[in-house]
Amino acid sequence: MARAAVLGRLTWRVATVTAVRPETATTRTLVLDVPDWPGHEAGQHVDVRLTAEDGYTTQRSYSIASAADSSTVELTVQRVVDGEVSSYLVDVAEPGDRFELRGPIGGYFVWRPSVKPVLLVAGGSGIVPLMSMIRTRKAHPPGLGPFKLIYSVRSPADIIYADEIRHTRAPDDGYERNYVFTRETPPGWPDPPGRLDAAKLARAAPWLPRNEPEYFVCGPTGFVEAAADLLVAAGHAPERIKTERFGPTGG
Amino acid sequence: MSFVDGNDLAGPMREVFAVDITVARARCGSCGRTGAVAEARVYDRAPGLVARCPGCEEVLLRVVRGPDRVWLDLRGVTVLEIPLPAAEA
Amino acid sequence: MSVITRGFRGRGRRDENLPPGQYLTEDFPVLSAGPTPRVLPDQWEFTVTTESGQRHSWSWADLQALPAETPTVDLHCVTKWSKLGTTWRGVSLDVIMADVESVADYALVGSYGGYTTNLPLQDLQDGQAWIAYEYDGEPLDPEHGGPARLLVPHLYLWKSAKWVRSIQLLLADEPGFWESAGYHNYGDPWREQRYWGD
Repeated sequence: MARAAVLGRLTWRVATVTAVRPETATTRTLVLDVPDWPGHEAGQHVDVRLTAEDGYTTQRSYSIASAADSSTVELTVQRVVDGEVSSYLVDVAEPGDRFELRGPIGGYFVWRPSVKPVLLVAGGSGIVPLMSMIRTRKAHPPGLGPFKLIYSVRSPADIIYADEIRHTRAPDDGYERNYVFTRETPPGWPDPPGRLDAAKLARAAPWLPRNEPEYFVCGPTGFVEAAADLLVAAGHAPERIKTERFGPTGG
Repeated sequence: MSFVDGNDLAGPMREVFAVDITVARARCGSCGRTGAVAEARVYDRAPGLVARCPGCEEVLLRVVRGPDRVWLDLRGVTVLEIPLPAAEA
Repeated sequence: MSVITRGFRGRGRRDENLPPGQYLTEDFPVLSAGPTPRVLPDQWEFTVTTESGQRHSWSWADLQALPAETPTVDLHCVTKWSKLGTTWRGVSLDVIMADVESVADYALVGSYGGYTTNLPLQDLQDGQAWIAYEYDGEPLDPEHGGPARLLVPHLYLWKSAKWVRSIQLLLADEPGFWESAGYHNYGDPWREQRYWGD
């Protein structure tokens, strides 16, 4: 397998935007062509480096949204308040534009296909690497362990990949999704708005430790800290919980 | 909360090492807590990257990126356990 | 050779009055190597210790009682942003050090939270440095180093230790947090002394 090959040091390559796709009012997916892209694993990220004409340069990390092993790289970027890179990627970049990219990066927050059940907990833009995992599972032959997704957002309008998440669910697919709305719920929603708590978690993740589930938690730092604490308090094994913190903003 | 985690170190460190150190386990020199480097608290809005122990907040490592070199200060880590693929028979 | 990205403009802009490699910014970025210390004024203490071990300490009330100045200075951060014309209120290090007897050449500045930075003692003297407790007319915000920070604007801003709590006077130089990790020991922005060997 390619991934068993010796890793060289990472270098910067030039990525070209081939398509853009709005997702929500504040997020957009960019489809990139990256020459000689070696493929990636679900959950990995890339570093993006922008250079202005006066030489000013800055870089940020973005999770890869596309399924593993695909030949194109898709990034879903959320516009961050005062974000100089995110506002460029969401509002300015168009097909044909180029920037530098380095990756795929990260061997820790990665899902590799297996029969183990998986709990995915996403806060806001934390859904992006988990979506790569969901898409990877969907493209894989059947027989993998079940996925449960808990996706916390402020309001229904903030759900990224809304249609795709809705339509990925199918009988016997072993995939379930649960939303948590923290500020505004859809019409007819049975619960008032509120953050993820022990009760919501218990309803969504009833597995017993002996099933050896894997857990992936991603989103703003505060969300990840709270969600990971809830999981541990509910008896889930800390060493099986993998986390990725996006910093104070987003979500 | 103004920190991210050690996943943020993966890119800069992969410029230097052929292995991904974020999956390595590090033993904190201050409190002895051992955990994945990916779980460290990383302060990246700074002149360099600072990784702190999630248990005691002491500095595990510092990474400073110059134009043509990287400085890596690992004095806060006593042991790094780096997984390698199992040897072929 | 970097690829120029069409339509990307960083927040900063070039200006010929800036030190080499710097970009002018209108905001005030917050950088930190760790969690923000929370120190209440009635707990706050600032101590100067000489090379012979003599200690001079000031409480918050002591600091407030000292004659203060309102310097307007330019800030240059090693991460390339510069902010011009910032206004502060603080006590000059010349006032602080007036009764401190020392033949030391070096200072190691310490902060709540463990941060340190070093500089020659002469760089703290002659109107070049303050213990600042107000910025832009308001009490200094914790994320910018409040209750009080060192302000020594002729050097890169990492030398202006936030949450300052101590100055140790030393006969031999001792590199601080960033100086021992790759950043330049002195840090003059006009000679672009960012890293070791610059």
